[in-house]
Amino acid sequence: MADEIGNPKIRGPKDPVKKGDLVEIKSLIKHPMESGLRKDKETDTLIPAHFIDQVVVEYGGKQVLKATWTGAVSKDPFFSFFVKAEATGPLKMTWKDNKGQSFSAEAMITVA
Amino acid sequence: MDHTNGVTRRTFFRTAGLLGAAVATSGLAGFSSVARASDAPAVNIDELIAKQVGAGPIAMEKVALDIPATAENAALVRMPITVDHPMEANNFIQSVILVIDNNPNPLVAQFELLPESGKVSLEFRARMAKSSKVRVIAKSNSGKLYGLVKDIQVAAGGCAG
Repeated sequence: MADEIGNPKIRGPKDPVKKGDLVEIKSLIKHPMESGLRKDKETDTLIPAHFIDQVVVEYGGKQVLKATWTGAVSKDPFFSFFVKAEATGPLKMTWKDNKGQSFSAEAMITVA
Repeated sequence: MDHTNGVTRRTFFRTAGLLGAAVATSGLAGFSSVARASDAPAVNIDELIAKQVGAGPIAMEKVALDIPATAENAALVRMPITVDHPMEANNFIQSVILVIDNNPNPLVAQFELLPESGKVSLEFRARMAKSSKVRVIAKSNSGKLYGLVKDIQVAAGGCAG
């Protein structure tokens, strides 16, 4: 399985927002999200678990959301959520998988 | 897909072996009784929820999971979760979990939130091994629990892909 892995993407508001606005953040990352319960058809052995188990969101340097995932989250996970715009600052997401690999991406939230 | 069916069939024979005549009724009907026989979750769901968010009464309100009752693709089931609750400094939702009763590992995801989220509106996609109850439980900072249970039918197994 030479699946592509990584390439994290975040999309926040393109234009400046007002202080207090609730803004939606959408994210996407390439990851096989192998649950460890699936068998390889040819070798008849279990494909080892390999999934993102933690997602951390920081806004302006402060952690605002943490997700704990299992192998039941779909392959190439999409994740969207909201944050309340307080001040101009980076929104950083970090994905970590069960093999210790880590990926991160940033989007700028501009408060006019 | 063949592979998924293979596992199901194996599980079926194991289940049938254990339950004997109760399951081995007849031909095609036997297959549908597989679904029923294996509807018992792998773990105690109430205990799992209590372990994650604490025991206590769950008010079946405020939480929404706006998806159709039938999932087209079991490997990619949209899970848009909203909780109609303030996200203020002293009154907010601090934790949300999503549980799929009939998955081998029923706890699918947990989210820890802060008032900075502004509102609880999360979306991700999940795999469903088979038709199942899907539960969302939200816990406020004061420990109040809100929940929702939805029966979702899937067309085929979601383990592949």
